[in-house]
Amino acid sequence: MSSQEISEESLPSEQDTAHGKAVAESPFANPGLPPHKPRIQDIDERAAKRSERTVALLFTISMLATVGFIASFVIFPVDKIVYVWPLGHVSATNLSLGLTLGIALFCIGAGAVHWARTLMSDAEVADDRHPIEAAPELKAKVMADFAQGAQESALGRRKLIRTTMFGALAMVPLSGLVLLRELGPMPEKKLFHTSWAKGKQLINMNTMQPLRPEDVAVGSLTFAMPEGLSEEDHDFNNKIAKDALMIVRIQPADIKDKRELEWSYDGIVAFSKICTHVGCPISLYEQQTHHVLCPCHQSTFDLSDGARVIFGPAGHALPQLRIGVNGKGNLEALGDFAEPVGPAFWERG
Amino acid sequence: MSTANDTKRKAPAGERVADWADGRLGIYTLAKSNMRKIFPDHWSFMLGEICLYSFLIIILTGVYLTLFFHPSMNEVVYHGSYVPMQGVRMTEAYASTLDISFDVRGGLLIRQIHHWAAVIFLAGMFVHMMRVFFTGAFRKPREINWLFGFLLFVLGMFTGFTGYSLPDDLLSGTGVRFTQGAILSMPIVGTYLSMFIFGGEFPGHDMVARFYSIHILLLPGIMLGLVVAHLILVFYHKHTQFAGPGRTNKNVVGMPFMPVYMAKAGGFFFLVFGVIAAIAGMFTINPVWALGPYRPDHVSTGAQPDWYMGFAEGLVRAMPGWEITVWGHTFVLGVLLPLVLFGVMLAAIAAYPFIESWITGDKREHHILDRPRNAPTRTALGVAWITGYMIMLIGGGNDIVATYFHLSINAVTWFVRIFFFVGPVLAFIITKRICLGLQRRDRDKVLHGRETGIIKRLPHGEFVEVHEPLSQAHLHALTAHEQYAPAEIGPTVDENGVERKPTAKEKLRSKLSKGYYGEGNQIPKATVEEYKEISAGHGHH
Repeated sequence: MSSQEISEESLPSEQDTAHGKAVAESPFANPGLPPHKPRIQDIDERAAKRSERTVALLFTISMLATVGFIASFVIFPVDKIVYVWPLGHVSATNLSLGLTLGIALFCIGAGAVHWARTLMSDAEVADDRHPIEAAPELKAKVMADFAQGAQESALGRRKLIRTTMFGALAMVPLSGLVLLRELGPMPEKKLFHTSWAKGKQLINMNTMQPLRPEDVAVGSLTFAMPEGLSEEDHDFNNKIAKDALMIVRIQPADIKDKRELEWSYDGIVAFSKICTHVGCPISLYEQQTHHVLCPCHQSTFDLSDGARVIFGPAGHALPQLRIGVNGKGNLEALGDFAEPVGPAFWERG
Repeated sequence: MSTANDTKRKAPAGERVADWADGRLGIYTLAKSNMRKIFPDHWSFMLGEICLYSFLIIILTGVYLTLFFHPSMNEVVYHGSYVPMQGVRMTEAYASTLDISFDVRGGLLIRQIHHWAAVIFLAGMFVHMMRVFFTGAFRKPREINWLFGFLLFVLGMFTGFTGYSLPDDLLSGTGVRFTQGAILSMPIVGTYLSMFIFGGEFPGHDMVARFYSIHILLLPGIMLGLVVAHLILVFYHKHTQFAGPGRTNKNVVGMPFMPVYMAKAGGFFFLVFGVIAAIAGMFTINPVWALGPYRPDHVSTGAQPDWYMGFAEGLVRAMPGWEITVWGHTFVLGVLLPLVLFGVMLAAIAAYPFIESWITGDKREHHILDRPRNAPTRTALGVAWITGYMIMLIGGGNDIVATYFHLSINAVTWFVRIFFFVGPVLAFIITKRICLGLQRRDRDKVLHGRETGIIKRLPHGEFVEVHEPLSQAHLHALTAHEQYAPAEIGPTVDENGVERKPTAKEKLRSKLSKGYYGEGNQIPKATVEEYKEISAGHGHH
C-alpha cells in the first residue's frame, strides 16, 4: 500500500487552503451556511395548528387500524377466501390483517415524519469533526505502554514459553475439527452405485406395476424405479435421487449410437433421469427430435445419440441402464449403471 | 439525606431514574456527544435505514415463525386444512409450513412479511452499497465499515438461501440439490463436504435441522454483531455530506438527532414496516403449497431462486459444460468456474476501496462526497460491474425470458455468454462519456452561468440567450471537488546519478492513475482565473 516510490505531487493541494483567508475573495469560496428560511409553520400559528391536527389525525387513524386488526383477527375464519379486485381470490384474514397492520404502522411513521418536518426546528447546525488518528504524543504513550507490557511479560525473552504456547493454542482447535467428523459418513464408493442390479424389474412410477415392452409407445416418456423400492421407505428419497429412470422408445434405425442400441430392448432405452450437471431431474422430452431438456439449467441431451450433451452447462452424457426382458415378459435391468449417475465429482474419473 | 442539596428539592421521577442509570452506566457522558449529534439530510442516506429496519422486521417475524415451524425431516402424511395436499407424504418441515400458512391465524401474514422483508433487505443493501460506492463514501476512514457492509450483504445472501430452503418444498429442494451438485464439483473435498453437510447421501434426513440452526442462530448472530459494529462506526465517523455552502471536510451540517432524527428515523421504521406489512397482505410470495413437497425425482419448470441468488444461477446456466479428467480425477469446470467467478465478483466489491486508495496514494480523511460524474472512471467501473451482474440476472432467468418473449432458450443463453463480456465494456465507455459530458456542462455553467431561456434581441438584430451568473453557493458546490493529477513514476535517476528501473508495481500504478485522472479521463474544472477573465469581459457569451 505504500506510495513512497511515486511522488506525492499528484495529490491535490490540501483542501483547507482553498477555504483559507488568502483566497477568501475567490468567487468559488465557501460562502458559509445560508440564512435559515422560515417555514409557514414558523411564522403562522394557524398553519402550525393545522400541522398539529394532521399529525394527531394520522396517529388516530393508526389507533383505529389497530382496532381493525384485532377485529379482523376475531371475525374472519382462518380459511375464508374472498374475491377482491384486482388481487383475485385471497385469504380474508391475510388481506385484512396485512392492510390494517400496514396502515397502523404507516400512520405512526407518517405522523412522526410530518411532525419532524413541519413543527420541529429545521435550522441547520454545524458540528465540528475531529481527526480520527491519535495525536503523536498519545501514540507515543500507547507504544511505550505496550513496550513495557510486552517487556514485563517476557514473551520475547522466554522463547520456550512462547513456542509451546503457540503450539498449544494452534492444536486445541483440532479437537473441534475432529468432532465435526461425526457430521456424516465417508464418501467411499457410495456415489458409484445405485439400487439397480441384474434382474431387477422396472416399475412404472405412475401405475406401480412392472413395465412391459408393449407399454412403452414411441413418443412417450415413462419414469421408472427398481422393484423393491417403496415410497414409504425411510430412505426412499436417498434411493430415488440416484435410481430415477426415464424410458423412451425410439425406432431402432434412428438410434445413432452403437452401444445405446446394444443396451436397448427393441428400441426401448433407459437413461438416468438425474441431470449430470447439478442433479435436477430431467423432465422435458421433445418427441420429434428425442431431445430431453433439464428445466433447471437447460442442459439438453440427445437420447437418440447416447444422450450426449447438445446444449447447456452439463459436462457429460446421461448414463444409460442396460435393459432386457425377463421370463414374465417384463422389462428388467441387466446390471447397475456402468458409471456414477448425477453430477460429476473429483473421484469420478 | 446527608447533604444539604438533597433536602432542598426533589428531582422529577424521570431525572431520578436517569441519575440512577448514570451512576451505573454513565449515560450522561454518552448522551453528551450523541443526543444532539448532527445528521446531514439527503434522500440517499435513508437507503441504509431501509436495510436496518427490514433486518429488525426479519428478526421480529422470524422469532414468531420459530414458535410454529418444526425443523424436522420426519415423514408424515398431511391431514391439515389445505385440501389439495391431504394424504400426501411430506416432511414435518413442509407440513408445519402449511400449518403456518393455513391453520395459524395471521401465520401466513407473518411468513409473508418475513420473506418480503428478506427480499427488500437484500435489495436495500444492494442499492445502499451503490450509493456508498458512487459517491466515494467508502474512502478513508470508512473502508472497514465498507467491509462490514459487504460481509452483511454476503451473509444476507446465505441467510436468505438457508431460510427459503427450510420449508422443504419442491422449489427450494431443487435449489438445495443444485447447491449439493455445486459442492460436489469442488476438487478433492467435494464429496466429503457433501457427505458431511447432508449427513450422508443427498437429501438425507439432516438438512432441514442443520440449515435451521444456521439460519436462525449462526448467521443472524454474526449479522447482528456486524450491524451493531456498522452502526457504531457510522456514529463514530459521523455521516458524510455533499459539498455545499457551509459544508466542509471538517464539519458536519444537518439537524440534531434529538428531536428531528429521532422522529424522522424512528418514524421511518414504521413507514418501512407498514409498507412491508401491506405488501405482505396483498401479494403472495413463495406459495409453497402450490409446489408440493420436495422429491429428488420431481421438478417444476421455471425454477428460480430468490432474486439475490439469480446472478449465481446465471453464471451456472451460461457456463459451457467443461469437464476435464486427468489421472483419474475429474475437474468439473462447468460448475467450478462459475463458483469461483461468483467469489471473484463479490471479492471485487470488498477490494475496491483499497485498490483506489493505492492508485491515488491519498491518505487523508474524506467526508465530502463525490458527485458520481466527478469520478468518471470509478463510476464507469461501478456501472460495468452492475451491467455484468444484471446480464447474469437475465441469464439466471433465461427460461423465463425465453418463454415470456417467445425467444429461443439457446439464443438467450448465447446472448448472456457474449454480453457478460461485451456489456460491461460498453457500459464502461458509455458511462465515462456521460460523466465527462456532465463535467463539461458543470464547467460551462460555472463560467457562463445558467441558461435562463430568455431570448434577447440585440440592437443590430442578433438574438442571444441571456445567461444568469450562478450564486456563490452554487459556484462553490460545482467547483468544490478535488481533481487528482495522474501519478507519475518518480525520478529514475537518484541523487548520485545511479539509474534505477521503475518496478512493475510502479508502472502499473502509474498506468492505472492515468486511466483515472489522465488527460481525457477528467475535464479540468473551471479555475478562478478563467472565471474572472470571462466575467470581466461580460456581455459576450
